[in-house]
Amino acid sequence: MALNRDFVGRSYASSTPYEVSRVKIREFAAAIGDDNPIYHDKAAAQAAGHPDVVAPPTFPIVFSLRSGGEALADPDLGLNFAMVVHGEQRFEYARPVYAGDELVTTATITDIRTAGRNELLTVRSDVTTVAGEPVCTTYNTIVERGGAA
Amino acid sequence: MAATQKYDEVEVGQEIPPVDYPVRRVNLVMYAGASGDFNQIHWNERFAKMVGLPDVIAHGMYTMAQAGRFVTDWAGDPGAVVDFGVRFSSMVVVPDDDQGATITVSGVVEEKLDDGQVVVGLTARSGDARVLSKARAVVRLA
Repeated sequence: MALNRDFVGRSYASSTPYEVSRVKIREFAAAIGDDNPIYHDKAAAQAAGHPDVVAPPTFPIVFSLRSGGEALADPDLGLNFAMVVHGEQRFEYARPVYAGDELVTTATITDIRTAGRNELLTVRSDVTTVAGEPVCTTYNTIVERGGAA
Repeated sequence: MAATQKYDEVEVGQEIPPVDYPVRRVNLVMYAGASGDFNQIHWNERFAKMVGLPDVIAHGMYTMAQAGRFVTDWAGDPGAVVDFGVRFSSMVVVPDDDQGATITVSGVVEEKLDDGQVVVGLTARSGDARVLSKARAVVRLA
């Protein structure tokens, strides 16, 4: 089923800040098999010039889609999750994500388009600290296989 | 922000040697838990086949994370990544055996920017398939 184009331009703000913890960064780094001490050890991170442990570059995927997730689950959009695969992903950093950050995300559906038999949907997530300091912007494109067939 | 790779010592066209990253079912289970992406196509073979996939496939983000690890290990600092984007061009199929699959990542310095930053083009393969395309990272070097 074609996705509902009326959703393009809709924005969704996170209801509560996401608190980045050392424990979660360590868990994520372990899951991707990366034992870089800058992810695991505060002293090593500080020795490299950081205020605390640094999150891996792809870490914002953990929280950046939460606010947009509610939109994707809206039955009016018409998305069949079973047929979804990841199409494209990008992270643009103003600064690294550190343990201790409290981050808020505003997710915007920027594009819905058809490519062959598939439907493509792009969400841009603007991530800032609770004080409003820009941290990163993520771009997530998902593919609904057969969605346009 | 202490990248160990030095901007002045890097040349356009310079190749970054390939690294193999193994991916087995256990890695996908760990990644599902850590990332919160519990889509069944990444751990349930019965479900994956029911929706027309050859077998369980790796999370695209798991593959992207391996490419990220390749870049941060080369640069010497995870905080050095300024911009990192990929397109997922093919699936990484992960069989339920002791071997699993292998993701091989290599890179080339494509461009030197003015402010100590370089553009690294990345290639990721699994078996015969190129699993990432348009994969590039902008990294701030020392």
